[in-house]
Amino acid sequence: MPRYGMVIDTKRCVGCADCVVACKTENNVPDGFCRDWIVQDVRGAFPNLQMEIRSERCNHCENAPCVRCCPTGASYIEDGGIVLVNHDECTGCKACIASCPYDARFVHPEGYVDKCTFCIHRVQQGLDPACVAVCPTKCMHFGDLDDPNSEVSKLLASRPHHALLPEAGTQPKVFYLN
Amino acid sequence: MHELDVTSGRNMHLIDPHLTIWGWEIPVYLFLGGLVAGILFFSAFYFLRGKADEMPATVRLAPLFAPVLLGLGLLALFLDLEYKRHVFRFYTNIRLESPMSWGSWTLAVIFPLSVIWAALHLERVFPQWRWPWPWLAGLVRFVKEQARVVAWLLIVYAALLGMYTGILLSAFNARPFWNSAILGPLFLVSGLSTGLALNLLLSRNEKEKHTLARLDVTAISVELFLIIHLFMGFLASTQVHIDAARLFLGGPYTAAFWVFVVGLGLLLPAAIELLELRGKILATRIPALLVLLGGLLLRFIVVEAGQVSQWSLALTK
Amino acid sequence: MATKLTRRDFIKIGGLGLGAVAAGGGVLNALVDAKRHEVPAAPALTGFTDGPVSLTPTVCEICFWQCAGWVHTVNGQPWKITGNPADPNCNGRLCPRGTGGLGAYLDEDRLRTPLLRTEVRGKQTFREVSWEEAFAYIADKMKKIAAEHGPECVALFTHGSGGAYFKHLLRAYGSDSVAAPSYAQCRGPREEAYMLTFGDEVGSPERTDIQNTRCLVLIGSHLGENMHNTQVQEFADAVANGATVITVDPRFSVAASKSKYWLPIRPATDTALLLAWIHVIIAEKLYDQEYVEKYTVGFEELKAAVQHNTPEWAHPITTIEPGVIRATAREMARHRPATIVHPGRHVTWYGDDTQRVRAGAILNALLGSWGRRGGFYFPNKAEVPAYPHPPYPKPRRTWRDAFPDKYPMANLALANGVCEATIPSATRNCNFKGWIVYGTNLMITLPEPQKTIAAIQNLDLLVAIDLMPAEITGWADVVLPECSYLERYDDLRLLPGRVPAIALRAPAFAPRFNSKPAWWMAKELARHLGLEAYFPWQDFEEYLEARLRPLGTSLAEMKKKGVLVLEDQRHPLYLDEGAPHTFDTPSGKIELASALLAEMGFDAVPKYEPHEEPPAGYYRLLYGRAPTHTFGRTTNNPILTETMIENEVWINPTVAKLNGIRNGEYVVLVNQDGARSNKIKAKVTERIRHDCVYLVHGFGHTDKRMRRTYLRGADDTGLITRVKIDPLMGGTGMRGNFVTFESVSS
Ligand SMILES: Nc1nc2c(c(=O)[nH]1)N[C@H]1C(S)=C(S)[C@@H](COP(=O)(O)OP(=O)(O)OC[C@H]3O[C@@H](n4cnc5c(=O)[nH]c(N)nc54)[C@H](O)[C@@H]3O)O[C@H]1N2
Ligand SMILES: Nc1nc2c(c(=O)[nH]1)N[C@H]1C(S)=C(S)[C@@H](COP(=O)(O)OP(=O)(O)OC[C@H]3O[C@@H](n4cnc5c(=O)[nH]c(N)nc54)[C@H](O)[C@@H]3O)O[C@H]1N2
Ligand code: SF4
Ligand code: SF4
Ligand code: SF4
Ligand code: SF4
Ligand code: SF4
Ligand SMILES: [Mo]
Repeated sequence: MPRYGMVIDTKRCVGCADCVVACKTENNVPDGFCRDWIVQDVRGAFPNLQMEIRSERCNHCENAPCVRCCPTGASYIEDGGIVLVNHDECTGCKACIASCPYDARFVHPEGYVDKCTFCIHRVQQGLDPACVAVCPTKCMHFGDLDDPNSEVSKLLASRPHHALLPEAGTQPKVFYLN
Repeated sequence: MHELDVTSGRNMHLIDPHLTIWGWEIPVYLFLGGLVAGILFFSAFYFLRGKADEMPATVRLAPLFAPVLLGLGLLALFLDLEYKRHVFRFYTNIRLESPMSWGSWTLAVIFPLSVIWAALHLERVFPQWRWPWPWLAGLVRFVKEQARVVAWLLIVYAALLGMYTGILLSAFNARPFWNSAILGPLFLVSGLSTGLALNLLLSRNEKEKHTLARLDVTAISVELFLIIHLFMGFLASTQVHIDAARLFLGGPYTAAFWVFVVGLGLLLPAAIELLELRGKILATRIPALLVLLGGLLLRFIVVEAGQVSQWSLALTK
Repeated sequence: MATKLTRRDFIKIGGLGLGAVAAGGGVLNALVDAKRHEVPAAPALTGFTDGPVSLTPTVCEICFWQCAGWVHTVNGQPWKITGNPADPNCNGRLCPRGTGGLGAYLDEDRLRTPLLRTEVRGKQTFREVSWEEAFAYIADKMKKIAAEHGPECVALFTHGSGGAYFKHLLRAYGSDSVAAPSYAQCRGPREEAYMLTFGDEVGSPERTDIQNTRCLVLIGSHLGENMHNTQVQEFADAVANGATVITVDPRFSVAASKSKYWLPIRPATDTALLLAWIHVIIAEKLYDQEYVEKYTVGFEELKAAVQHNTPEWAHPITTIEPGVIRATAREMARHRPATIVHPGRHVTWYGDDTQRVRAGAILNALLGSWGRRGGFYFPNKAEVPAYPHPPYPKPRRTWRDAFPDKYPMANLALANGVCEATIPSATRNCNFKGWIVYGTNLMITLPEPQKTIAAIQNLDLLVAIDLMPAEITGWADVVLPECSYLERYDDLRLLPGRVPAIALRAPAFAPRFNSKPAWWMAKELARHLGLEAYFPWQDFEEYLEARLRPLGTSLAEMKKKGVLVLEDQRHPLYLDEGAPHTFDTPSGKIELASALLAEMGFDAVPKYEPHEEPPAGYYRLLYGRAPTHTFGRTTNNPILTETMIENEVWINPTVAKLNGIRNGEYVVLVNQDGARSNKIKAKVTERIRHDCVYLVHGFGHTDKRMRRTYLRGADDTGLITRVKIDPLMGGTGMRGNFVTFESVSS
């Protein structure tokens, strides 16, 4: 069973938000909400500046508090380590939202909680997630973290990288190449 | 300089710029839950100690309010749900990892218990009360014989309920201000103290009032002790926790918390009660009311502050 | 002359200036709203479903890069648009705007039916009319103008694929005054500079071999915000491949954040930097001597001209350290010829733009990068025979006659020039009486909006063909609603590139409301003008079949493929080393010094002329692009507005402090002539110099009918009340305007 993860090359990313727009149409994310978003992280003072641009989304955490705290089991970990929400079992109690340190979840206007699905409907067809497939700079990579020969594993092995809020202990599966 | 901007227009309802997922419903529920836990705990406790006649308000009168108050709490809880049609889903699954899950199961047990317990005391409080159907009267008589068992169950579940209202929040590590083991005990004790306060309001019996006031002063001093430890804990922890504590130490909640919750909700009533106990002034309902208000405000502030304090502060906001 | 009068009360209604447009919009809005209930249920995005997916080939029209894509529909409902992997111009990946292209189709605020300016009880307003009535009205006016003034007095403004049919119609009618804002407000100076230097234009898509470059010099050019798709794709490759990026920009752009060198230059001083670079490269003999020998003329003249342009000379002008100037010059030379000094695209900045860009072209020549791998390649373009039509009548006058002795280097009509020539003047023997405006929102596209309005006041006919109720439509006599690119065929896409390829745009949906494709409008209008002979084909499928046949393909095949690469038409991308090569310049060589320019009385070698600096308390107004919007054409797009609903004004923290402005608060910008902007959010950031402010162009719309974007953010154009005209080709330098801040309340 694969352990899916995402590797995003911040060196290539230009912050164009194509990944955000593609997610919207691919998954018909309702107006006013998004499953992924762009962060510009600027340090220093003029003229000595550095900027890291990140495309952020649910980290499909290994140790997912959103799943642990869900009273109904609506939030669960699908095969492949993809964290999903089963709309039928969701009560909209919002415990999972409160438990996500990345604020990656939102309440869908229908009432259930929604978030990035890693485009499981595409992954199951052997396709890359929509955001990965659209990225004009090809800075996003998706694959099996357990397969040493996968592109993602090789990138992580060969380049320095970081994940978001490791100190939150959630063990994110979205990584950023420095 | 550190500039962090979300540049893709993200501004999600209930989420950005900080959580607003929980409005008045949850704090009200937490308050009523704690209050009912307190009522039932002391009622069952003194019942078992055979003090029913010395402490009539505590043992017999207050429990009559429990089902109503708990019902209101459950209503608030229901109103908070975004997907109300699916409320039954709480009971199609038991998830031991989820405080909210065992919370909902606790409620499923303690609510009927509270009804039964109230029923048992109805006749004593209203002597002319008659059960509509004989079979019901019979049932009540039967349960009455098991009263001690019910009382023991109540003690256990009241404790669970009281704890859970605090642990519910402290389970959310993602919200630094909730991320403290002290929150559980704090809410438990605060719940007990509000319970005592209600009893005080109901009691006509000087001796009972005296005992209750004495208990309440102890509860309050334990609360104060816990609050101090809560903040010491934060300040000794990571930056995000320190930031969280700062919300109350100079931050936006400083006045509301220290003046109203701690000052008017704890110190003042405690002081008044002490003076009353010493017979320096004669007893009034004021301290009890203050304690109840303080308890309510405490929950509002804690629920709000938790949603404002966030890990992602370190990230995007 | 009713129209004239009505335009006057137009002004009265909304007070002075652009505000008027809002008023006109209001009236129209009510009118259109009244009809809303008659409209069929709006289509909605489906998102991923199990339904049967069908694919239609398209060519994106959200900007002018023209990426080919696939429109995915489920049971006729829109799902998404993806890039066509067979397209060398997008490699299967669209940019965010193209990905959000469905919004152009979905937008409920679209124009719905032809509108005719009328007078109802003295109050100027619009009337919904049939296409027949609209065409009859236009034809009548055009005949009148032809009779009274000559057909040359009708001009076409165009920006977008459908413009071709109206251009064809106008030529048939007898005028060749066809102006595009992509010339005098955009690339004009660049193309002329490269013509003068290499005898060829840079073209679009640019012929920059970025994917193979070792050193990329960006002057302005904010790639990554400027989202011209494959150029950004190649930029990312270059960065990943470790190419040295040198970005010259007063703002810490996205590109700057990817650069080894960021040169935060004082705005308006780039020519000084370029000359200093040339100086260093010549003085240190870093140039490609063999290449310069073989292919160029005027080296000695150049050498003499830049002698004094030392880095030390440039330092106080540009604020760039001499050491940095030398280091970057050496870096460029180290990687030559795989070094690109990017020619830029929107280069109409300061009025001396042709010469500034030429300085860059000269630098490229010294580095030997023209016609070399990693520099500039020789593009391939598919050759497709045109559909035969009768010859055009010869116009007696052209737009040039409006400017007898001005702008000698201009090779295309000047949008601003046509504007100027519309305002009557004794000296001018050509005054325009009629405008056809296709796909260009002149009110926010042309600088000096006050002049645009003045010109419009003098028209007998103004036809606007648009998708949205853009500001320009509020000023038109006739408004023709075009259907979006997703609802129509258009002519084959023929673009220059590494490989010759053609692409097809086919309709994925039936036109919504009462909108129609431009080809149909032009054909119908031709009929009313008695010019049907120029549109011999029955419908566009017939036209396309005829054009595809010589290529040995068909419409049916193209609908399956979307894109066809024509390998057989391919020729080499680079100079074959050492072989002689004739350039299309007067001398047949690359002209480091231009005799032609000297002859015309201009500098044969670019010189640095200082520009006006902002007065105390004022800051230079700079503008640019946001990745998810195209000018003002996407700011009402329901999908794209989700990512950016308004623009922000970038302000350096010290400037903000000085002016008491907090990050995120709204301010009003007021320029040197007292023009005020709509309120705009302040982005207080270290990412910009202290002598300028920056905002994204295309916001601050004043037409109420565009409900999503109405009065969101500020419009830079309204603040560009002064331009510096390029004496060589008439480009409008737009960055000589200065603004100060006012609090929203005041
Ligand atoms: N997303 C998106 N992409 C687009 C477009 C769009 O609308 N949206 N439009 C397309 C079109 S038609 C064009 S022409 C291009 C335009 O895009 P570019 O050709 O890149 O336009 P520029 O004006 O060079 O880029 C603006 C940059 O120039 C900087 N700048 C301002 N003044 C000066 C100066 O005096 N010196 C220097 N060195 N830099 C300066 C600004 O800070 C800003 O970063 O973009 C194309 N790409
Ligand atoms: N102040 C300022 N002025 C500028 C610039 C700037 O940065 N700042 N940039 C300059 C540059 S580089 C350029 S290239 C020009 C661009 O100038 P324009 O191309 O005029 O800019 P847009 O705002 O995109 O106007 C396009 C118009 O076409 C309409 N439209 C969109 N799709 C269609 C369609 O399919 N059919 C029809 N008929 N109409 C359609 C839109 O609704 C909109 O009204 O602006 C120039 N002017
Ligand atoms: S699409 Fe790619 S480049 Fe654009 S923001 Fe997303 S990750 Fe970055
Ligand atoms: S990012 Fe948030 S929502 Fe996603 S798995 Fe981790 S905790 Fe859950
Ligand atoms: S909102 Fe839904 S998914 Fe989230 S915790 Fe509650 S039930 Fe589970
Ligand atoms: S993986 Fe799919 S759902 Fe997740 S952000 Fe990307 S596109 Fe959206
Ligand atoms: S660059 Fe983007 S907007 Fe322009 S044509 Fe390509 S996809 Fe469309
Ligand atoms: Mo342009």
